[in-house]
Amino acid sequence: MVGKSSGAVVGVDVGGTFTDLVELDQSSGQVRLAKVPSTLDNQAFGVLAALDMAGCELAALDLIVHGTTTTTNAVLERKLARTGLITTRGFRDVLELGRRTRPNAYGMTGTFTPLIPRNLRLEVPERMDAAGQVVTPLDEEAVRNTARALIEAGCESVVIHFLHAYANPAHERRAAEIVAEIWPNDHITMGHALLSESREFERGVTAAANAAVQPLLDRYIRRLVQELQGGGYAGDVLVMNGNGGMVSSAQVAKEAAKTVMSGPASGVMAAAYTGRKAGIGNLITYDMGGTSTDVALIRDAEPSVSNEIEIEYAMPIHVPMVDVRTVGAGGGSIARVNAAGLLEVGPDSAGAEPGPICYGRGGTEPTISDANLLLGRLDPAGLNAVTGGVSLEHVRDVFAGRLGDPLGLSAEDAAAAVIGIANMKMAGAIRMVSISLGADPRDFALFAFGGAGPLHATALARELHIPRVLVPSRPGITNAIGCVVADLRHDFVNTVNTPLDALQQGQLARVFADQSKQGEALIARESVEIRDVRHLYSVDMQFVGQTHLLRVALERPDVTAGELQALFEAAYFRRFRVELDDIRANVVNANCSVIGTRAELDLGSLIDPAGRKATLQEARTGQRPVHVNGAWHDTPIYWRDHLPLDFTLPGPAIVQQMDTTLLIEPGDTASGDRDGNILVQIGARA
Amino acid sequence: MTIDPITLSVIQAGLQQVCDEMDLTFSRAAFSPVIAEANDRSDGIYAADDGALIAQGAGGLPVFVGTMQESTRILIEMIRDGRAAEPRPDDIYIVNDPYLGGTHLMDVRFARPFYRKGEIFCWLSNTGHWPDTGGAVPGGFSASATAVEQEGLRLPPVRLFKQGKLDPEIMAIIASNIRVADQRIGDVKAQAAALLVGEDRLNALLDRYGDDTVAEAIAELRDRASTQMRACIDRIPAGAYQATAWIDSDGVVNEPLAIRLNVVRDDAGLTFDFKGSSPPCTGPMNSVRATTLSAVYLAMRHIFPEVPMSAGAFQPLHVTGIEGTFLDAHYPRPVSGCAAEVSQRIAEAVFAALVEALPERVTAAPAGTSGNFALGGQDPDKGRGFVMYQISGGGYGGNADHDGLSNGCSTIGISKAPPIEIMEQAFPVLYHHYALHEGSGGAGLHRGGFGLDYMVELRRGVATASFVMDHGRFGPQGVRGGGDGGVNRVTVWQSGQPYSPAHLSKEQDIPMSPGDRVHVRTPGGGGYGDPLARPPEAVRLDVELGRYTPDQARELFGVVLHGSPPEIDPDATATCRANR
Repeated sequence: MVGKSSGAVVGVDVGGTFTDLVELDQSSGQVRLAKVPSTLDNQAFGVLAALDMAGCELAALDLIVHGTTTTTNAVLERKLARTGLITTRGFRDVLELGRRTRPNAYGMTGTFTPLIPRNLRLEVPERMDAAGQVVTPLDEEAVRNTARALIEAGCESVVIHFLHAYANPAHERRAAEIVAEIWPNDHITMGHALLSESREFERGVTAAANAAVQPLLDRYIRRLVQELQGGGYAGDVLVMNGNGGMVSSAQVAKEAAKTVMSGPASGVMAAAYTGRKAGIGNLITYDMGGTSTDVALIRDAEPSVSNEIEIEYAMPIHVPMVDVRTVGAGGGSIARVNAAGLLEVGPDSAGAEPGPICYGRGGTEPTISDANLLLGRLDPAGLNAVTGGVSLEHVRDVFAGRLGDPLGLSAEDAAAAVIGIANMKMAGAIRMVSISLGADPRDFALFAFGGAGPLHATALARELHIPRVLVPSRPGITNAIGCVVADLRHDFVNTVNTPLDALQQGQLARVFADQSKQGEALIARESVEIRDVRHLYSVDMQFVGQTHLLRVALERPDVTAGELQALFEAAYFRRFRVELDDIRANVVNANCSVIGTRAELDLGSLIDPAGRKATLQEARTGQRPVHVNGAWHDTPIYWRDHLPLDFTLPGPAIVQQMDTTLLIEPGDTASGDRDGNILVQIGARA
Repeated sequence: MTIDPITLSVIQAGLQQVCDEMDLTFSRAAFSPVIAEANDRSDGIYAADDGALIAQGAGGLPVFVGTMQESTRILIEMIRDGRAAEPRPDDIYIVNDPYLGGTHLMDVRFARPFYRKGEIFCWLSNTGHWPDTGGAVPGGFSASATAVEQEGLRLPPVRLFKQGKLDPEIMAIIASNIRVADQRIGDVKAQAAALLVGEDRLNALLDRYGDDTVAEAIAELRDRASTQMRACIDRIPAGAYQATAWIDSDGVVNEPLAIRLNVVRDDAGLTFDFKGSSPPCTGPMNSVRATTLSAVYLAMRHIFPEVPMSAGAFQPLHVTGIEGTFLDAHYPRPVSGCAAEVSQRIAEAVFAALVEALPERVTAAPAGTSGNFALGGQDPDKGRGFVMYQISGGGYGGNADHDGLSNGCSTIGISKAPPIEIMEQAFPVLYHHYALHEGSGGAGLHRGGFGLDYMVELRRGVATASFVMDHGRFGPQGVRGGGDGGVNRVTVWQSGQPYSPAHLSKEQDIPMSPGDRVHVRTPGGGGYGDPLARPPEAVRLDVELGRYTPDQARELFGVVLHGSPPEIDPDATATCRANR
């Protein structure tokens, strides 16, 4: 285990606006933090700037774990490497035709741009049938010719995607060999390699996304590693995947599609880690930012992971990803009075530019953030820090004119209405996410982070009958913390597709054993010290005749058919309140996640213990009127970094810190724990 | 008014949430892939006295936007005059009669009275598309039916659940009359479970805000939705707007059917007058009143998606002149084409009539057919019969902002098409291609989207092919100078010889032997605006991508291209465009 790291660890996450960094040195207990603007064209600049700002000494670092949006942005903005497709004759348009839907249920408009343009999608004679039997042999000369044509067309990566390759990949493998012979190229993706399941559109898009981001990620990571090594860094750079695990820089580009959506995943991993240490395994994560809100579910400290995520309209990337759902409203969501005389919040957003009025960047429409400001929930003193100089009176005038007058309300009451409706809608969306994953929100705690999450969390929890809210010590850099605490992780899915009564004793256990072996081998190759290796087992089941799957977690790999039937029926009843004991069940997939757990980190130092005061009174910075639950309350304000480790604080109260504000409503009680989290018990509405 | 607008907004969101949770429960628990995957279902809340729509799930199939309040209204009337049994708590009625506020027989409605303090406060209803309800052909879409009895089992409103208990006798009658009956119990339980979830959630909402406040809010929201819809239609200048849309034939008599629409915008709102449309037809292309109303409502919702669905929103919309036409069919006219085809053509007529008045909002005509191809036969390898459905999309119309989407789903649906690999796993077929229908996008400043072009071969056994499609005779209409989209084409290759159905887009039971092939090209969308105003570079790119030929670029768009990859000849293009 020579060279495996254990000392100073850096997590650095590149978000849409900011690049966040945290360094934890376990031997000295030292913590360094940085937040710098992201440099989206070459994210490495932001990463280096953050390292510099935090004062990290590269030569002294043992490990850097990096979350990057390089691939996510490339796919969403279609800024992709020039990629060619070689596919079965007759089927080059599969990637463009999709599954025949439209972007919105109502409105016959919208567009779709495929990942690979039609003139770079070439066909060769070959065909397998659904049983994996050859119908038309592979025309090898045609493969050579198409490969040459794609080189000629300036492609730097290529996808080989044949129908039914999941059933028999022989043609895809042979074609890849041929292409590699005439085109030495690190960027050849076979359709069945990332996802060996039927459904040609989903498999093809997944492969195409991989190929189209591979050269970009490869170049980016190489350059970053080079820069870091030039600065004296001797360790490995690990990169976050969308499943919340990390992989080494040398491996990551091979399966580049797995890094898509890794940013939101790291936030959820941080939540799971924080929750587990705090003894709260069941969490709903609530990450409210400027333009949108992300929600995810964590059960028994394990985030829910899905292989069926569509990252936007007609863009399914079916590799394991932490199941993070975007539910719309953010601080910039715009409020207006519609033609029916009713107040609406969203779906339009002022975004980051011009942003809310209070940003002073030319925003003119009233937003959720502006409402928070008018109601004293955000510190009006913060306005002074903003260039552009917008006054509270100006915000008030806009609320009075745009919303108050048509509704017959004062500006403040209109702002309160905006917050009330936004909370109601967000609560509804969170509820839909949790019930669609088979969970009752009342059994969870709400984990609030992001710039705006803690401001709304207690109200949402009350709305959803969620008993408590957990606010981590650094809500604004949760994703970077997710990088620091991430484990090594590999997920495996094998299709079993067997009726329960035909399942042989030991059949599942054999599949699980094979999956475990593969995962353990991969983990052993990484240069990171791990504490132990954990396995998560589950099966996806359905009643015969059904198309939807229900995931059933297993405590051990050697379950009997009888136990599976009972577990499935119980899960089904919990979810749908329907008993169907006379219909047979199918086991569709056997899933195993192999997780290399790293040594536990002490999160208590994220807030400098030396800065903490002995009493609540000393942490208090003042008070201001804050509008909560229909009334103004004279509300004490506390500075988060000065709070004693152990305290009890009844609402109403506000806790401010550098990048977020926590509102504790009347009736609620906040307390601190040894890791520096704040736990708010939600009381009855006071 | 005593209720404040904030409470109103909050109750509105709460009612919507109840319906969305019903939708979610229904889809996730359903067995039928039509419901579980294609979301061919809808759930909502309806008024106790007249069935008026209070709220409906946002994810419901668009065609049900207006049918469910009709169905509930008629059920309430029938209970009132003794034609249906008196309701008791925890009863659930089942009904699929098309003439009682429905669509086709496969759309089965459940209705549950919702009680508060011993009184019916409202109704919770849902509709789900069952894969089969009996009748001449599996799946219910018989292109040659001439009476509803040939289309399947017809249920008047009867209480399938009596005080919470499933009536085994009614269920036995249903099970004996439909195909693949053993899985339907799963759908029945899912459909009932969705209503139960709705009841729990609605009770919670009422407990929180109080029955009187919610009742008051419902009434107020209805008025305000009406105001909101009026504000939308106020953008339409007062006057009359005409359009005609055509259906190829009814499947039995080979004559086109006309939908003639005159839209009048005046102080009363919008009146959609269908006087002069074709009389009831012999084959299954009849519509029933509820579906015709619903088609008008869904077209308006496509134009104004921001108006929430409620009876109030429909209030300023008046539909007249359908009596005596095929848009208001009565027993025993066959109706299987009403939900999938006729409703889309009604929407097309609404779009075509209003596009000049609302040029920024309305698109040229979309493909507007569900493209239903059914292949039924015996698979000797599996030793059993099979029925395969291929539904397919087509091009959408161009609009003021951009080109139409290619291979979009039907106007009245939101469902996904099945993957080819799944079709080939399940059925003895092999697809030869699955591609863009090149050249099918209607020319325009913003062209229509492209349809689908597929060919599928029967590998073994024997089978018969049936088609219920449309737009074979007339392509989807272009607007504001744009060209029509390409027509739907069906060719069946039998022993190497091509055969085209006499009705172009409809025929039943065409025999197929191993090696025989079906070739379908679905319609492209209509073009929007003058094709000669389309930037030559956009035309060049379409040619480079093989969507049009260089000849089509010259003929349709007046753009002259040379070479490969094509380059624009600016002088020849200018001359060509000047001479049009």
